[in-house]
Amino acid sequence: MLKVKHDELATLNMAVNGHYYRRAVESRLLLVDFLRDELGLTGTHVGCEQGICGACTVLIEGVPARSCLHFALSMKGKEITTIEGLSEWPQFPAIAEALSRRHGVQCGFCTPGIVASMITEEGVSEEEIDVLLAGHLCRCTGYVGIRQAWQDILAKKEGK
Amino acid sequence: MTSEKTWIGRPVTRIEDGRLIRGEGRFMADINPVPGIRHAAILRSPYAHAAIRSINIQEALLRNGVLGVFTGEMINRELNPFPVGVSAPVNYYPIAHSKVRYVGEPVAVVVAENRYVAEDALRDIVVHYDTLPSSMDIEPAKGQLDPSALLHEDILNNVASSRRFEYGRCEKELKQAEVVLTNRFRYPRNTAVPIETYGVIANYESHSDYYTIWSNFHGPFTLHSVMAHALKIDTHKLRLCSPSDIGGSFGVKSAVYPYAVLMGVVSKLVRCPVKWVEDRLEHMQGSSSATQRITDVTMGLSCGGKITALKLVQYDDVGAYIRAPEPATLYRTHGNLTGAYDIRNVLVENYAVMTNRVPTGLIRGFGGPQLYFPLERMIDIAARHLGIDPVDMRRRNFIRIDAFPYTTASGAVYDSGNYQAVLEQALEKSEYNHFRHQRSETSGSLRYGLGVAAVVEPSGSNMGYVSLAFTPTERMAQWPKSGAAAAATVAIDPLGGISVRLDSVPEGQGHETVARQIVADALTVPMDAVRVIVEMDTATSAWTVSSGSYSSRFASAGSGAILGAAQKVRDKLLVLAAAKLGIDVSTLHLHQGWVWQDKQKTVWSLRRLAGSIHWNPADMPKGIEAGIHETCYFTLPQVSAPSVDDRINSSAVYGFLIDIVKLAVDIETGQIRILDYTTVHDAGTLLNPLLAQGQIYGGIAFGIGSALYEELVYDNNGQLLTGSLMDYFVPTISEMPKHLKLSHHSTPTELTPLGAKGLGEGNVMAAPAAIANALSDALGIEVLHLPLTPQTVFELMHSHQRKEATRT
Repeated sequence: MLKVKHDELATLNMAVNGHYYRRAVESRLLLVDFLRDELGLTGTHVGCEQGICGACTVLIEGVPARSCLHFALSMKGKEITTIEGLSEWPQFPAIAEALSRRHGVQCGFCTPGIVASMITEEGVSEEEIDVLLAGHLCRCTGYVGIRQAWQDILAKKEGK
Repeated sequence: MTSEKTWIGRPVTRIEDGRLIRGEGRFMADINPVPGIRHAAILRSPYAHAAIRSINIQEALLRNGVLGVFTGEMINRELNPFPVGVSAPVNYYPIAHSKVRYVGEPVAVVVAENRYVAEDALRDIVVHYDTLPSSMDIEPAKGQLDPSALLHEDILNNVASSRRFEYGRCEKELKQAEVVLTNRFRYPRNTAVPIETYGVIANYESHSDYYTIWSNFHGPFTLHSVMAHALKIDTHKLRLCSPSDIGGSFGVKSAVYPYAVLMGVVSKLVRCPVKWVEDRLEHMQGSSSATQRITDVTMGLSCGGKITALKLVQYDDVGAYIRAPEPATLYRTHGNLTGAYDIRNVLVENYAVMTNRVPTGLIRGFGGPQLYFPLERMIDIAARHLGIDPVDMRRRNFIRIDAFPYTTASGAVYDSGNYQAVLEQALEKSEYNHFRHQRSETSGSLRYGLGVAAVVEPSGSNMGYVSLAFTPTERMAQWPKSGAAAAATVAIDPLGGISVRLDSVPEGQGHETVARQIVADALTVPMDAVRVIVEMDTATSAWTVSSGSYSSRFASAGSGAILGAAQKVRDKLLVLAAAKLGIDVSTLHLHQGWVWQDKQKTVWSLRRLAGSIHWNPADMPKGIEAGIHETCYFTLPQVSAPSVDDRINSSAVYGFLIDIVKLAVDIETGQIRILDYTTVHDAGTLLNPLLAQGQIYGGIAFGIGSALYEELVYDNNGQLLTGSLMDYFVPTISEMPKHLKLSHHSTPTELTPLGAKGLGEGNVMAAPAAIANALSDALGIEVLHLPLTPQTVFELMHSHQRKEATRT
């Protein structure tokens, strides 16, 4: 177990979007603040800081997670992918196109987090879409366009 | 540059999406426009009403990394109180000194090297309070309140403003009516909950006394002068900037302005630029909210169901300070108080009452949900009382199609509409008659209900309506206020690059895309030849008091300004081409980016003309200025100041919608499930049907939240019980009905150049009423307040059972 004293800096080695970083950080620094303030990756957004809204969702070792509920230091040795990295993935253009065509984006503040969930959940059923999307708050779209975009991607995958 | 198509009216996908989906949007928290920014955190009051006995900041000042700690007293010394929209003596500052009046009111500000340290230092500040009794009632006390329960000295019973208006002979008609029905309704305090919170960066320059303040403020820019007055500076010294991306607002971010002023002063005192990003807990307790409203409705009717008189007594809870632009919630709908109905005798009494809750302001629908919940419920209650079908009841009272343009009793001019046709379309689309027969079926503990709401949707607010809070005599002493103006600038650079600058400060509505459509059409170029700039900067953008994004004004005002500016550019180019060609300008037009003479293409392209203006200005014909940078300010002349008899055309244009809801309620659990939701809008010409659809879906979600889940709940001491997103429930996808049907009926307005009306708020006004009507239908019990949580439904059924029991 990692032990760090309050007010002391500890060394953090991690990979973000395929790049390696070595930084000295405070133990209490949140992952989302590290990504945004230390690395300048501002595509990950802070909406509630209590794990409800899903705007700060990133991938930790390929799995969607709330970056406001993790300490940066707990990411030691791990690989993080933010929207800046996801937008280089081969699946990304189809997701972006579907979201735009279905008007699943308005203010766009919740969107990068939703993309993180969409891009990793390739094999879901239509019912599971609602379960996964329920982990993201969007106040603009009523979720209709987002759900349709996700359904379009599934349909395409299944060759419908 | 060529273009075959016209773009207006087409479901064009958005230019904004590219950057937003990639996380390349630029929101307030993302930007650092000046070097040397330090970070602020705010200490807030834990009490709803208390005198501040002392504040000790010594410990906080000593903490490593802290640059400054400022109390309300230190800050407010630099300020005037904000001007307020009423004559009552309310001294509203962005931070408390001597007394706190709501939970979450700012008390002190810390500036530190980062937010973590600033928050640490908040805990070092010691404040001693003497608590006072909280005043939580909306309805003014009948007797005199104890002086300790007064929020502000010299304001009797906490009533900040009250006015009475009578149009026609309402009292007389009510006395003579065959049927008179009375009910009291309660609309809850709810709020907008954009996923991005408030953000402010303030930079004070001591050498010039200039303030530059970046924030996610989106207007109305009437508040620019309110801020400058508070800062004790001439208005040109205050530069307000908003970034290209705002993460939703739905009105609530107009109330970031006190924080903009607060950080402005803090920047001055600490002598460096200061950034403050609100956290979610701060947002829930200290940003803004809709007014809670009690409405006493008295309706006079004939036995045949014709409404002869309508009396509304409205009590708005405006919170601890009546903050500008309040009491606007009471007046935004003043012209359309009678909704879709032809009612000539109207009486309205308005009371803006202060309580120990957060001050109120714009929230999507702004005044509409507060009006239409009681009004549309009363239509159903009256229908049931008279044994008339609720749909027939509406038909009998609708403004007839041959009556447009129709002037309401209180002065609105409904430009156009066909309410009957929209209703019929909605009935068909929703299979209303089919459901009507099914609804008496029950299955186990489920009961089914059907509800309708008809809403006249105002868009493009008249800057003059707020002055109705003053008497005609008081208004005589002021400058008249009117209009719903918007500004836009179209420019062409030396090689033909076209740019458009807006004053609309969008928060997700897609104004960049629509502006592109409008300008590409006007200049006959492809859409990607047009760049749209939505960053607001009061030092460089064309703007006016009504600029901004609120009251669904982009379709009704903004689009007209954009078109006007593009047409100015087009006309200038054609005049120049006519001079170059030595022919009459009236024979020329633009087509595919070239100047054509009738059916003959000339040698002059838009690009070549632009080049010649920039590169060869000495050769310009007389009367044509060098440069192509044309601004249009657009307003409708009909949007005039209130009349001496207190009538007002409170909005520029008026759309219409019908919502029909089918729901199931479980009488054992109180849970409501919406089975089917239909909405039919008449917003005139749709500028972009895809974006219109997005506004409607979003509006329905918002309206469902207001109807079923959302309320800022305070206890009797003024403690906020719903301070996080765990307690304040915002709809997720699971709460959205699977069966959503929407369609349009188009009655274009002749008032706006593109025939468009706003449509972003209508469903927020209609959904709570339609859902409450459906629940009343299902249970046979009249719903008089919201939100309809399982607990509310349960209590409703049981109090009804108790009443039934006492009756028998």
